[in-house]
Amino acid sequence: MGLEGYRDAELTEKIVKLISKVDLPHKIKIMHVCGTHENSIGRFGIRSILPEHIELVAGPGCPVCVCPASDIDIAIEIALQEEVILATFGDMIRVPAKINTDKDKPNSSLQTAKSRGADVKIIYSPLDALKLAEKNPDKRVVFFSVGFETTAAGVASILYNNPPPNFSILSSHRLIPPPMELLLGIGDIQIDGFMLPGHVTTVIGMNPFKIFPEAYLMPTVAAGFEPVDILSAILNIAEQIKEEKASLVNQYTRAVKEDGNQKAISIMNDVFEEVSAYWRGIGRIPRSGLKLKEKYSKWDANRVFDTAHKSLCAGFDIHPSCSCHLIMAGKIYPPDCTLFSKKICNPDNPFGPCMVSIDGTCRIWHRYEGKT
Amino acid sequence: MCLAVPMKVIEINGSLGMGEVGGVKREINLMLLSDIKIGEYVIVHAGSAIQKLDEAEAEKTLSLLREMVEKTNYFPSELLCMNYQ
Repeated sequence: MGLEGYRDAELTEKIVKLISKVDLPHKIKIMHVCGTHENSIGRFGIRSILPEHIELVAGPGCPVCVCPASDIDIAIEIALQEEVILATFGDMIRVPAKINTDKDKPNSSLQTAKSRGADVKIIYSPLDALKLAEKNPDKRVVFFSVGFETTAAGVASILYNNPPPNFSILSSHRLIPPPMELLLGIGDIQIDGFMLPGHVTTVIGMNPFKIFPEAYLMPTVAAGFEPVDILSAILNIAEQIKEEKASLVNQYTRAVKEDGNQKAISIMNDVFEEVSAYWRGIGRIPRSGLKLKEKYSKWDANRVFDTAHKSLCAGFDIHPSCSCHLIMAGKIYPPDCTLFSKKICNPDNPFGPCMVSIDGTCRIWHRYEGKT
Repeated sequence: MCLAVPMKVIEINGSLGMGEVGGVKREINLMLLSDIKIGEYVIVHAGSAIQKLDEAEAEKTLSLLREMVEKTNYFPSELLCMNYQ
């Protein structure tokens, strides 16, 4: 498929020119909430070509980063049980569990659990976890499932199709609209527009985001991941601000339909229910997590291993010297953190969750030398 | 983990299929889509195809953007600086 036009240098340059010509009343800040957007912004140097009065900041768009320490503790506890294989995405292995302020005691993670004998397997897709269960009928295979609506849809489709009884999932799924709404209630962030995550919007459609222009008067634009996609979304937001308008606009029409993917939505609604959930560095947000519905409870690792009572306590999950909570809320940029890219916090030796994950803002800024 | 890639569907076996991008082939979950045909492009996220890519829409967006940037009048001084005009 010819998507080359979305990287066309001439078109990109012309859009940037138009952006710089928009007569804005003040400096503006646009927030995106997607690790893939931050990766594209870094890779294509988008910030460096924007005029100074337009700021582009990353919000809580990394599902691995926001996974609370208490969920990692539960995963470790399950992984250490007999006859269990715990499967999860590679990024999850090094995310710290509850923070230990005693310097002599290292923090635990699924990686340290592995060294204590836990059978932890890294997988690329939830389908791989299903295959592990089919190949190992004498083992209990638990998929530690993190991700936003995009990942949750794929996981739901597996549960919907009657997986084997030795398969279960530990759901740490989170939903994107609730934290966006929460951030608008924090005065000192001062967001002027939202760039919506293209793939979450592909799944759930535009409707769940109507609240942002309607109730919060926030220009809100769904965007893809190529330079032309991102820049045209920024142009649209800037023009809305100039015209004192707030509309919901879909600039990623090749993937996003108004109603999203109806089949995916109906499967997700059959399998999951919305619950209050804790976000690392942010706190508890109502209706922001996904739990398996009662009829799917035999595949719910929280039920199989009786862990529910343990997940109520949030625990201590951001070290006092780490700034991940401020970075995830879009209050500061990675170079503002004193640990960023130092010996104490880099991709080989991550201190905070934003340096662990490939979707983490610090990890991405480190990769592109803080020049984004 | 959240990176999604457009892939071409090259094989379909029930609810599973094979996607291809840049010579790399991967098994993909097709349970979230209806009426997928070989040769169509899908967005694959963590192994699941989450939507078909609409080629006509991709073209339409680009041509609308091109039309918009061409319609805009640049100031003459800037015209002189822009070699593509």
